[in-house]
Amino acid sequence: MIEGKNMEERSAVDVDGLTRRFGDFIAVNGISFQVAKGEIFGFLGANGAGKTTTIRMLCGLLSPTGGSGRVAGFDISSEYEKIKERIGYMSQKFSLYEDLTVMENIEFYGGIYGLGRNEVIERSRELFAIIGLNEHADQLAASLPMGWKQRMALCASLLHDPDIIFLDEPTSGVDPVARRSFWLLIYQLAETGKTIFVTTHYMDEAEYCNRLAIMKRGEIIELSGPQELKKRYGVGSMQEVFLEAVREKKI
Amino acid sequence: MKSSIPAIVGKEIVHILRDKQSLFMVLTMPVLMLLLYGYAITLDMQRINIMVVDNSGTPQSRELIRHVSSTDFFRISKVDSGIHDINTLFQSRMAQCVLFIPGDYAESIISGRQADLQLVIDASDPNAASFIQNYMGKVTAEEMIRRNGTEAGLFSIEPRIFYNPDMRSAPFFIPGLIALILILISALLTSIAIVREKESGTMEQLLVSPVKPSQIIIGKVLPYTLLGFVDGLIILVLGSLLFDVPIQGSFLLVACMMLIYVVTGLSLGILVSTISQSQSVAMLAAITLTILPSMLMSGFIFPISSMPRAFQYFSRIVPATYFIEIIRGIVLKGNGIAQIYRQAAVLLGIDIFLITVSIRAFRIRLE
Repeated sequence: MIEGKNMEERSAVDVDGLTRRFGDFIAVNGISFQVAKGEIFGFLGANGAGKTTTIRMLCGLLSPTGGSGRVAGFDISSEYEKIKERIGYMSQKFSLYEDLTVMENIEFYGGIYGLGRNEVIERSRELFAIIGLNEHADQLAASLPMGWKQRMALCASLLHDPDIIFLDEPTSGVDPVARRSFWLLIYQLAETGKTIFVTTHYMDEAEYCNRLAIMKRGEIIELSGPQELKKRYGVGSMQEVFLEAVREKKI
Repeated sequence: MKSSIPAIVGKEIVHILRDKQSLFMVLTMPVLMLLLYGYAITLDMQRINIMVVDNSGTPQSRELIRHVSSTDFFRISKVDSGIHDINTLFQSRMAQCVLFIPGDYAESIISGRQADLQLVIDASDPNAASFIQNYMGKVTAEEMIRRNGTEAGLFSIEPRIFYNPDMRSAPFFIPGLIALILILISALLTSIAIVREKESGTMEQLLVSPVKPSQIIIGKVLPYTLLGFVDGLIILVLGSLLFDVPIQGSFLLVACMMLIYVVTGLSLGILVSTISQSQSVAMLAAITLTILPSMLMSGFIFPISSMPRAFQYFSRIVPATYFIEIIRGIVLKGNGIAQIYRQAAVLLGIDIFLITVSIRAFRIRLE
């Protein structure tokens, strides 16, 4: 009992046998893993491997068809309303309003999370200083390049100061320079004690993670730190680890 | 924690104001519909082509013809004598009716005997045919009174017409037309409000926030209420002025009722939007669900009392039925709240019902 409580306090995400079926198709097949608080946890896999389905279940957007999971100490099947107040989420598709300015988007999301106007202004000033959106505050979202849109989405998901941030392919469609600076942001966030759960299919990005899971056809085929994995496979890059792992582990 | 509703309302207002093209459409489409339908839908008949076969050829018969031609209703296409092939006449649409004046017309009139006029009517448009019959009856009766000082017969009915003394069709149609346009526009306004966010992916971002379905639904309906209300006022004032339909009752009361009715349309739209998976489906559904019942089953054109029983029951769930009763009552008869509160209560009930169902139907988890 005491152990269980300790577990709960240590891990931001704790998943056991999590499964999601869509009709006959099993998108996520009984995966189990834990993410410690303050960790940058990477979720790797080809398109269709089940990354987005997993992240949606963890955020309370999708109900699991099997297994269980806890996020921020709350059950993902029954307490998802509580989870929502503790997490930030950035979907893989840009999902803010194109016809609103950066500031209008930010104010809207602040309002949605129940922040007062002054709180939003104060919070966005802090975040803009880190993320660097100040000069674009009055621009329409539609007119921003993808890299800036993603920063804005990140900013919106951080307004309510969540403990855990889920980023679903945050850098897809972003140029290499912007990708690098986006990851520097992620590091800064992790330093403030936030847990980062990030999916990607860029293997160079996997190197930035503390630990990562490689998914193939709904199952986790590797779960370890990047250095360990490279050592085990005897290769120099995560790219090679990934290719080897996906080729070897037949499901 | 603060409610999310103000944030949603504010965001929707920015959406509305920034999309100038849609805003222009929303404000001009009702006016366009009012003009098109207003001028096209009329039962007032004018310039019916009539041919007169005058076999009498006397001052008396010419007097009758003059009387017929002096009305707006008839337009004499030809005066002739002798026998004609009626079929050819009607088929070529030279006339919609033919009046035969017998050879002994003048003698009958002078001697005070009954004169036998014959009226042949093309009844392929039965409505027009019955109008022609009535109208000719009136014209000849007047002619008779003018000549004899009295109408032949024991009884005479002296009708007094209330509320619409000239029996024009505009005072009847325009309030109904306002009801039709208003529910269509309101339902269209909100029909894409939610499904648009599903399509663009912004809904997913809303769903991971702690915002409640009730806050989303109410936050979306509120700003459009103002827009729909403005539309309503525009067509009410324009319809009243252009078609000469003065508002007998209180303008404020019509406006208040309109507000309730606009919300009915908006709630219907938001329900459609909540259920639909694409914007095009939502818009089509909103159009079908409002235009057809509001036009056919609300008493807008066809009286509910002459419909089959099942349709009569159905008309009781069509919001336009109630609003048409309300607006006709206020505009034509000068009804006050005492005569219309029942209908208003039903509309309010429909509003609450539709909003509640929308909130219940709103899925906060993806499928």
